[in-house]
Amino acid sequence: MAMTGHDGLTEMGRAVHAHYRTLVRQRRLYSLLAGLTLVVLVLGALVFADASNAGRFFDRLPYFFDYFVHFRPDDAMEVVRALLDLPSPYADGSFKYDYEEGRVYLAAGFYIPEYIFQMGVTINIALLSTLAGFLLAVPLSFLAASNVIRSRLSRGLVRRILELLRAFPEIVIAGMLVAILSIGPIAAIVAVAVHTAGALGKLFFEVIENADMRPDEGLRAAGANGIERVVFGLMPQVLPNFVSYALLRAEVNVRASTIIGAVGGGGIGEIFRLSIGRDHAAKTFAIIILLLVTIIAIDWMSGRLRRRLIGQAAFGVAQ
Amino acid sequence: MTPVLGGEELARLRTSHGRLLRDRRRRRIVPLLGAVLAVIYLIFCWSFFNFPGALGSAQWDRAGNYVADWYSWEASPRFRFGEDRIAVEWTRSLLGDNPDPDWIRQTGSGGYTVLFSDRSRIEIERGRVRVHLDGVSYLVEITSQGALLPEGAPPAMALKSGRVTVDFGFAGLAEIRSSQVYVRKRFLGWPNFFFDTRSPFFGMDPGELWEAARSTDRLDPRMPNWQLLFAEFFYNSEWQHLDVMAKLLQTIVMAFVGTLFAALVAFPLCVLAAGNITRNRLTNWLIKRCFDLLRSIDMLIWALFFVRGFGPGPIPGIAAIFFTDTGTLGKTGTEALENIDDKPREGMQSVGASPANVQRFGVVPQVLPVFLGQVLYFWESNTRSATIIGAVGAGGIGLKLIEAMRTNQDWENVAYMVLLILVVVYVFDTASAKLRARLTGAPSEREEPAR
Repeated sequence: MAMTGHDGLTEMGRAVHAHYRTLVRQRRLYSLLAGLTLVVLVLGALVFADASNAGRFFDRLPYFFDYFVHFRPDDAMEVVRALLDLPSPYADGSFKYDYEEGRVYLAAGFYIPEYIFQMGVTINIALLSTLAGFLLAVPLSFLAASNVIRSRLSRGLVRRILELLRAFPEIVIAGMLVAILSIGPIAAIVAVAVHTAGALGKLFFEVIENADMRPDEGLRAAGANGIERVVFGLMPQVLPNFVSYALLRAEVNVRASTIIGAVGGGGIGEIFRLSIGRDHAAKTFAIIILLLVTIIAIDWMSGRLRRRLIGQAAFGVAQ
Repeated sequence: MTPVLGGEELARLRTSHGRLLRDRRRRRIVPLLGAVLAVIYLIFCWSFFNFPGALGSAQWDRAGNYVADWYSWEASPRFRFGEDRIAVEWTRSLLGDNPDPDWIRQTGSGGYTVLFSDRSRIEIERGRVRVHLDGVSYLVEITSQGALLPEGAPPAMALKSGRVTVDFGFAGLAEIRSSQVYVRKRFLGWPNFFFDTRSPFFGMDPGELWEAARSTDRLDPRMPNWQLLFAEFFYNSEWQHLDVMAKLLQTIVMAFVGTLFAALVAFPLCVLAAGNITRNRLTNWLIKRCFDLLRSIDMLIWALFFVRGFGPGPIPGIAAIFFTDTGTLGKTGTEALENIDDKPREGMQSVGASPANVQRFGVVPQVLPVFLGQVLYFWESNTRSATIIGAVGAGGIGLKLIEAMRTNQDWENVAYMVLLILVVVYVFDTASAKLRARLTGAPSEREEPAR
């Protein structure tokens, strides 16, 4: 038997243990250093953010709470009236209570309240841009997949295009189109669609690359050409995943088109920005409730659809 | 392709495996139905958003100019017909107040020649302008009512309310009026990107700059030349490099601090929300609904509220990202916690570890890489979101971009900022993908759909 010390370890064992201890100490030191760097970075970032803000955080904090306390509709029913465009008893001719403005009449006596109509506009922007992005992403993704296109060069080119579409700031596309087409939803649609094409394209080609290639081989053995192989060999495998990703994207795009709306794309985002900027509490809360309900409903619906499409493997939220 | 199966064989299969064949037919119909619905929806949207109207009234000629502004600039002198001579005026000129470029030549008779390209130029004299367009010459007479379009003028020349415009394509255009000739000549590049035209360093090449910076001969008595060099660069009035960098840093800080704080708050809450760690249904339910609420309130709403409260700047941006992402990270983190493998925990319990150690060694090592991966992913995608919410007042490069776009003239600055944003997004994408791959030990890019 080998020599053992009082701790029950051999000479060799003790050396290993000592080495292990040094490694642990070293690792702790590195963790500590990384933590300290992070703390310093965060403190620096906070100081910088505070200094470059229009109002200092601690100066403004009390006013901020005041703002929340004072920013209240006259009564709870006022929010309902703003939401459904019913006349307000407080009406004094100002913008604050002009709920009846902006109604969209479908027939005499039957109208869609302004906010609900604008929410519809925003949802349509999101859906249309998702559809357009989807239609653009499908061909691009097949061109970027390594199991469809052999040439590394052309694949790389398509991938760079997808990255550019994804990373190009949406507000610039929207701003450019607003300058040309004047303010309206088309700018928002194009901006969101371009980003969607890039984002979906990236996910799609990864799905394609993970596809089972045996159907493809079978088709090739039977003499199918490239397009037939894609349509009958790959498409049936990847389409459920594609649609599932597109639904997830539609969910994200509802939020994206709200934001783009606020910078000149029309829809509910713009109206929300105006009402909060003018301190119209009832209108603001009406829109918040509307947005909340819509987003929850859309998340729920798309979640259900996705689960039906690809079963329990439906990916979680990642917006 | 021809069907391989014969009629008899197919009939046998149909009786034995009928369900499989029926299912295939249904599978064929569903995508078709989807395509038909999509087409109907596209037609509906075509009229709902009034595409024909909007595209019809669009100003496509402006679009060309705006796009050209991204990578080129214009010099726009006016040749005003005075009493006895032709005066050259420069407005908003990048060439300085009184330039003498070599593409404008004075002729002997007091007129001017403006060269657009080798084969295109205009010769301006009192009462008439001779236009050379691709080697063909046209004479435009000017009367007191306005300019006259010559006989047989090409489509590049047009008469509009007494003004003759000559389009030289990318090289620019000339507008001949009764009182003046307005010239716009376009050049590739950003000439004053480094130094303003008024700066003493304008137009120097790198060698000259190096010499000037080292020289003890002070260009400005208040500071040494190298300091002046930096000052002139960073405070370049048109490009505002220092301001752009500061705004870009604000955007990065917004994403960094917002995501980090969201992660720090979300992780402990996840532990309370996960049913397999905290065995209290009410707490689980309450915290999960809190996450849902935070997540469902749009980032725009948070941003606008905080802009009202704290004024424009990075604080509203940080707050908006923080609140939205606390909800989202909380939800994904809770899911990760609830899906952990219970065996390490049982192992820890069976060797008699304290409750804290059971969690520390039985749970945390399983979820931390997943959670950190998510955090990194959100950090990266928030760099993009921070640009957009910046535009509604939350500060950073987004606000600067929107301001530059509103003027409709500073598209070259927009291009510069877009370039910077693309670089930052690319760097963060790569860094976060690398870090995530190291955390999970495998390329983790595939797991999360991109925002």
